[in-house]
Amino acid sequence: MKHLVSVADLTREAAIAILDTSLEMSEVNDRDIKKLPTLRGKTVVNLFFEDSTRTRISFEVAAKRLSADVINFAAKGSSVSKGESLKDTAQTLEAIGADAVVIRHHASGAAHMLANSGWVKGSVINAGDGTHEHPTQALLDAFTLRSAIHTDARGKGLDGVSVAIVGDIAHSRVARSNLVLLKQLGAKVYLVGPPTLLPNALVKRADGFSYSLDEAISTFKLDAVMMLRVQLERMTAGFFPSEREYARIWGLNADRLALLGSETFVMHPGPMNRGLEIDAAAADSKNSLVLKQVANGVSVRMAVLYHLLSGGENE
Amino acid sequence: MSEFTLVNATMADGSVTNVGVAAGVIKFIGNEVMGESIDAKGLVALPGFIDLHTHLREPGFEQSETVLSGSRAAALGGFTAVHAMANTMPVADTAGVVEQIKSLGDEAGLVQVQPIGAVTVGLGGERLAELGAMANSRAKVTIFSDDGKCVSDPLLMRRALAYVKSFDGVIAQHAQEPRLTENSQMHEGNVSAELGLAGWPAVAEESIIARDVLLAEATGSRLHICHLSTAGSVEIIRWAKRRGIKVTAEVTPHHLLLTDELARTYNPVYKVNPPLRTDADVKALREALVDGTIDIVATDHAPHPVEAKECEWAAAAFGMLGLETAASIAQLVLIDSGESNWQRFSEVMSLNPAAISKLADQGQLLAVGNVANITLINPAATRVISGGGASKSSNQPFEGIELPGTVIHTIYRGAFSVRDSKLAK
Repeated sequence: MKHLVSVADLTREAAIAILDTSLEMSEVNDRDIKKLPTLRGKTVVNLFFEDSTRTRISFEVAAKRLSADVINFAAKGSSVSKGESLKDTAQTLEAIGADAVVIRHHASGAAHMLANSGWVKGSVINAGDGTHEHPTQALLDAFTLRSAIHTDARGKGLDGVSVAIVGDIAHSRVARSNLVLLKQLGAKVYLVGPPTLLPNALVKRADGFSYSLDEAISTFKLDAVMMLRVQLERMTAGFFPSEREYARIWGLNADRLALLGSETFVMHPGPMNRGLEIDAAAADSKNSLVLKQVANGVSVRMAVLYHLLSGGENE
Repeated sequence: MSEFTLVNATMADGSVTNVGVAAGVIKFIGNEVMGESIDAKGLVALPGFIDLHTHLREPGFEQSETVLSGSRAAALGGFTAVHAMANTMPVADTAGVVEQIKSLGDEAGLVQVQPIGAVTVGLGGERLAELGAMANSRAKVTIFSDDGKCVSDPLLMRRALAYVKSFDGVIAQHAQEPRLTENSQMHEGNVSAELGLAGWPAVAEESIIARDVLLAEATGSRLHICHLSTAGSVEIIRWAKRRGIKVTAEVTPHHLLLTDELARTYNPVYKVNPPLRTDADVKALREALVDGTIDIVATDHAPHPVEAKECEWAAAAFGMLGLETAASIAQLVLIDSGESNWQRFSEVMSLNPAAISKLADQGQLLAVGNVANITLINPAATRVISGGGASKSSNQPFEGIELPGTVIHTIYRGAFSVRDSKLAK
């Protein structure tokens, strides 16, 4: 495997291999000295065209724990209109000698373009492209859920596990990546949200859908609910009328948490809008995996860097 | 002017005969020979092609195309007349600009370059440009369009349709409801949902066409719809024509051949306005071209510099080349498919566009006394498309695709603009 642009590029076996490596990396992260020499002498560039402190820090820590040199490149502005084009930026990084480029971009397909352009020789890791994909987020979600469900998770998938993804499916790269990856691992995936934010084409690929969170909770026997962050600009664009109405119908509050029962895990990719898509009662409940997701993000990104850069099994 | 005879040319009706040209007109069709003999065995002789929709980019965007480079591409594509859309810099919204474009075309001398005037000042969609002044200018503009933008204001569209009646003009509408297509990147459907590219719903095109055919009916004016791209649009045009509304419609070669599946490459060469649609749409457009619902093939030739396409999809410009591949795709859809014939081909590539634009001496059947605008193609030849040809740009959507038919000679007003598939000058 050279690049990680889309979870669709991962076979079930490849995905499980990354999750298993992540498990080993998480053991490293529990040690006093959280460092491996694996990527010494390699250079990883975090190329962020879009602000995302959380994802950038997670990749930065992951690369550093594998002893790689890390360069953070915050590129502002879009190509053509202003500033430097993606091509020029990429070729600059190539000239500097990047072994891997972690790219976050506001345009869907930017990582795909970079990986297929010939502009860079190194590996390309998609850290979120527009409303398309966020593969490492899906991998860390799968890893977190797998570890929560299985006491010995090694080698296992998510067969028979049912997950509802709730919220703005239409504009969510997290939802797109999770829909594909979770199903690849054997899970049943349900999509829940207002009709304005549930594209038919994605609904068709899911195992079921609902326009009501209450109905989803009572219909699908859910092992996990994954709440998506609501972007407030969606409200002004007329996708739903108000924050209050959204919270009332699709928010995960104490009542719905109780309906879900003690066996259902609560997930959120962060950052959370507390009181909107998720209440404190749900976010901080004992079933919440939110902080584990953050911690596991580092392990999973270490595993991805390891698989792409260490000349692993497929090279 | 030279005298020559095209010997043993195949006519649109399938007959084989000689065509003699002298002093710029067709002198005879028959067995005689006069002047230079040019072997036309196996070549189909057709009225010179006419493109109702090109972007020649001059004045203002000469790094993409000029009237001269666009004329070269047109001649190589078998065209003897092209219409230049108004979205130049400055916009072709005054008599001065349209006359300048016409002059540039006359200087190039390879095809007739007929300017299209803007409907609204600066394509701003707010007030009418001086349509009468452009109609009465030396450029004799008959078609008005804000192409690239839709005349979305219903009142303004109504006024424009009514106003051009005084000189029998036609409004060519770029049907795109702007609110339904804010930030839209590609056809809204399965592929856009998977790729996370903002969708461009079919209804954004169809709702404007539905509105405008009703306005054309109410005003009794002539309406032309640019680049139909959806099956639903075809249905509306079919309904409007049955009702007797004076509407004509065009389809581009790329909408007859390519689909939204190509966006999976994220290669912006496939980014175009209106977007590539689905297989079902392509099928409906092809049927409509055969049965007469769609009147013409027009290229929407839209050159862009490399940097406008060598970037992420969302940042890229809309548009693709088309002049040198249009005839091949029309042949594919009408002839090689077995669905139609060369007479229909002549209608959609020449006769009908000339009638919409009211061009004199263009789009006429090959007949004695008519001006010699003739294109000869070898329908049996095939070629694999590579690069941008004579265009200054290289945004070639048919790269690597094998297409049938080659333009061998293009004769513009009795003189070769292209001979043996090479530019004569």
